[in-house]
Amino acid sequence: MRGTPTSTVFSQATATPVAPSGLVAARLRSASLAALRRLRHEALQAVPLIVMLAILLGVWQIATHGPGATLPSPVKIWAQSHDLILHPFYDHGGLDKGLGWHLFASLQRVFVGFALAGSVGVALGMLVGTSNIAMRGLDPIFQVLRTVPPLAWLPLSLAAFRDAQPSAIFVIFITAIWPVIINTAVGVRNVPQDYRNVALVIRLRGPKFFTKIVLPSAAPYIFTGLRIGIGLSWLAIVAAEMLIGGVGIGFFIWDAWNSSNISDIIVALIYVGLVGFVLDRIVAFAGRLATRGVQAS
Amino acid sequence: MAFLQISDIGIRFAANAPAVLVNVSLPIERGDYVSIIGHSGCGKSTLLNIVAGLLRATDGGVILDGREVNSPGPDRAVVFQNHSLLPWLTCRENISLAVDQVLSGTKSRRQRAAWVDENLELVRMMPHADKRPNEISGGMKQRIGIARALAMQPKVLLLDEPFGALDALTRAHLQDQVMDIHRRLGTTVMMITHDVDEAVLLSDRIVMLTNGPESTIGEILTVDLPRPRDRLALAQDPRFLAARAAVMRFLYARHRNPAEAA
Repeated sequence: MRGTPTSTVFSQATATPVAPSGLVAARLRSASLAALRRLRHEALQAVPLIVMLAILLGVWQIATHGPGATLPSPVKIWAQSHDLILHPFYDHGGLDKGLGWHLFASLQRVFVGFALAGSVGVALGMLVGTSNIAMRGLDPIFQVLRTVPPLAWLPLSLAAFRDAQPSAIFVIFITAIWPVIINTAVGVRNVPQDYRNVALVIRLRGPKFFTKIVLPSAAPYIFTGLRIGIGLSWLAIVAAEMLIGGVGIGFFIWDAWNSSNISDIIVALIYVGLVGFVLDRIVAFAGRLATRGVQAS
Repeated sequence: MAFLQISDIGIRFAANAPAVLVNVSLPIERGDYVSIIGHSGCGKSTLLNIVAGLLRATDGGVILDGREVNSPGPDRAVVFQNHSLLPWLTCRENISLAVDQVLSGTKSRRQRAAWVDENLELVRMMPHADKRPNEISGGMKQRIGIARALAMQPKVLLLDEPFGALDALTRAHLQDQVMDIHRRLGTTVMMITHDVDEAVLLSDRIVMLTNGPESTIGEILTVDLPRPRDRLALAQDPRFLAARAAVMRFLYARHRNPAEAA
């Protein structure tokens, strides 16, 4: 708890002998005061970001407000596309839906593809990490395949699945799986000798050794792989959706380009960035929860 | 045959490399507190790891309570120098992982939970039982390491420089606790150390190793001080000072640190 220095000051104040009801009131007051302070602290932290955003928007406005500008200015974007910002979940039938629906469709694909990549990737990573034979047989193949750009898989998966939806999911899967495999394998190989010795002394073997020692010890590596994987998935989905069409944020951007609606594209880009940021933070947060104590030791 | 019999141990890590240890023979009786002391690189941790079963001796063997040692096991619980607690488990969970694994055949679930608490109590770590290793001090980590080892009900407790990484005050405090535990439980202890005072204070016998490679037992000193021992009283005791001087002579006059000599 970083907030303790201030709270100890307050608890000293409440420690003076007063009537019980006064004590409760004083505690409440000190608690709300502490909350207020924290809020102010957070607000002050955000000031540089707000200033920076204002400067960026200002520069952008100045650079694009002339008659010859090829890109819209922020003011113009607001005028043309504020519907998109204010009503993300409208649905006019067909493909004329709010950005929220497009993002939702993209997220669904990413979720399915990433879940598959995560489970298969961790399993394969464990295999490669524990077995030297698997390592020799599989690692060179992985090292070559992981350098293939995600979109290069798309024609192949379209040919195989003959449908847009599974093809997009496959592209996500094949994009996200490599960092998961490789990081898991490294994590499993790097279980410290100290932990192995403990397991040896208490005769922890087989599946129990795996779940009690190897998995928790490799967890920080696994989550690093998952975090890289989710980032790559989000990068790949936009490009894949541009090609396969249907509902999805990638298709939305492509459609806006075809109808020369540059303002919509810019709004969509901002949404893509924010969603990608949130995805990254969610996986990072899950990783912190799952690996409490491990990194800091 | 002694309770723990180390017989003619020799070990080399590669066929053409010089041996690390040669002809190490050491009988240890039940309840003995034996320290192994020597300069760094003399193979004292190697010797402990052979007894623990973590390393296989090239020659000779170890017999504990009539059984040959050829793999690690909870009857020879190790307290590692760097504590080796699992950082994702709380102090209590670290101990209960060992207890559940080792004593599941002899104790019920409730007995095991009580036994874990008893050992936490023994090293006075009950107030911190539910903290993780990164939330407690180095001395506390080592106390949990000791509690985990003792909770396995080992025949021999192997201490691998358990106080080496601690500051002087914490070390003294922990030494007193270990002495107290040894006196109350009658545990057989084999301890690696490079601290002369520590060796004299804690041990019944001090085994001094010559410098490596090919190190072996140079001398064994019996410390005839009555127990319980009090560090303050002993600081002036001529028997303590004589024992200390004997070990110092061995280490610094007859077998200087090879790193310093070079």
